[in-house]
Amino acid sequence: MKEVVIVKYNAGNVQSVQYALDRLGVRAVWSDDPATIRGADRVIFPGVGAAKPAMQYLKAAGLDAVICGLKQPVLGICLGLQLFCTHSEEGDTDCMGIVPNSVRKFVPRGGQKVPHMGWNTLQTMSGPLFEGVKRGAHFYFVHSYYATEGASTVGSTDYLLPFSAALAWDNFCAVQFHPEKSGAAGQRVLQNFLFD
Amino acid sequence: MLAKRIIPCLDIKDGQTVKGIQFEQLRFAGDPVVLAELYAKQGADELVLLDITATVEARNTFADLILRTAKVLDIPFTVGGGIDSIAAVEALLRAGADKVSINSAALKRPELIDELAQAFGNQCIVVAIDANIGSDGDWYAYLNGGRIATDRKVINWAIEAAERGAGEILLTSMAQDGTKDGFALELTRAVSEAITIPLIASGGAGTMHHFADVFVQGGADAALAASVFHFGEISIPALKQYLTEQGIPVRQDQ
Repeated sequence: MKEVVIVKYNAGNVQSVQYALDRLGVRAVWSDDPATIRGADRVIFPGVGAAKPAMQYLKAAGLDAVICGLKQPVLGICLGLQLFCTHSEEGDTDCMGIVPNSVRKFVPRGGQKVPHMGWNTLQTMSGPLFEGVKRGAHFYFVHSYYATEGASTVGSTDYLLPFSAALAWDNFCAVQFHPEKSGAAGQRVLQNFLFD
Repeated sequence: MLAKRIIPCLDIKDGQTVKGIQFEQLRFAGDPVVLAELYAKQGADELVLLDITATVEARNTFADLILRTAKVLDIPFTVGGGIDSIAAVEALLRAGADKVSINSAALKRPELIDELAQAFGNQCIVVAIDANIGSDGDWYAYLNGGRIATDRKVINWAIEAAERGAGEILLTSMAQDGTKDGFALELTRAVSEAITIPLIASGGAGTMHHFADVFVQGGADAALAASVFHFGEISIPALKQYLTEQGIPVRQDQ
């Protein structure tokens, strides 16, 4: 059995990620210890909350450098994806810069509400993360900021404008939606990450 | 395309599901965790679990229920009922709830919305509004499960709640609740157009046509109902098929 570590920090309700892993029969460790994180086979970096306090906390704890230096597969979820980017408009925050994308604020328009909340499809999806996921499958999103599209985009969704629903770069991948709350399609994404 | 959401609501008293008819007489409808799992399998997009008990012992039962629900559920769920503090919200989120719904406490002290949004992010704060028609014919927000009138007009209160940091509004028409005569379409449309955050419409669902109406005419982003689902009058797969045929985007991944 692979050792899975969920990064412990100030952003987020990680409980649901832990329960989703339990349902897959995977026991994950919740840790902020650099050695434990570096020693894991898989690292999950979830996040719910605001970019600025999250980055401040990660920097103060030295965890941003630990995460940037990881060599094993790492999965960022929601705010986790945004913190992998270069910069976020949320609180004008410099992020980890693992992927070259930047994070901008959605502006509501024409009856399309913000946050982008609910189940949406991906216009494009590619790569190992989406293996076995049917075209047109829905994933659960909740966010007011989005990552721009770029070379690292492996999944894109159109809401107000096209944005990165999934990113992959070297050993890092990330999803804007919540796979742990996205029914069978989300479970498949988690499985693809955990057992390739 | 972003799907319109179908949300069954489980009213829970002493650990069991009930459904209020006009919020008064209560009928039994089964074990909440079993129901929650069943709805998720059938294609419910989210669930709401509403605690309608008042005693401390029952609240502990409810927190345990949230934990058991979170373990089995792979769709988001919102928890509500008597939530009035940061500590209460923290306990429910820690148990595994994705969002919390606040109602009377926010009407009594609106700053609570700001505090909760600040502490937990606006994505997990749902402000529930129980609406009814006042003597002047306008819609007002009501307290305590719709029993006590306030002088706040529904539209103004929804706008204020959104400005204070609510991530979503859950609008229940007390005039329609339990009647199965259809949602309050004009009110829903007016509130939906007045705010830029998502709106969940509730109260009055009786037929599949009512759901189509609340999305198309009411402009709702999601529709919530209880008894039509609990008593099998409308099945979620049939409802989603119907809405798809009406050209309304819904999730049919099952």
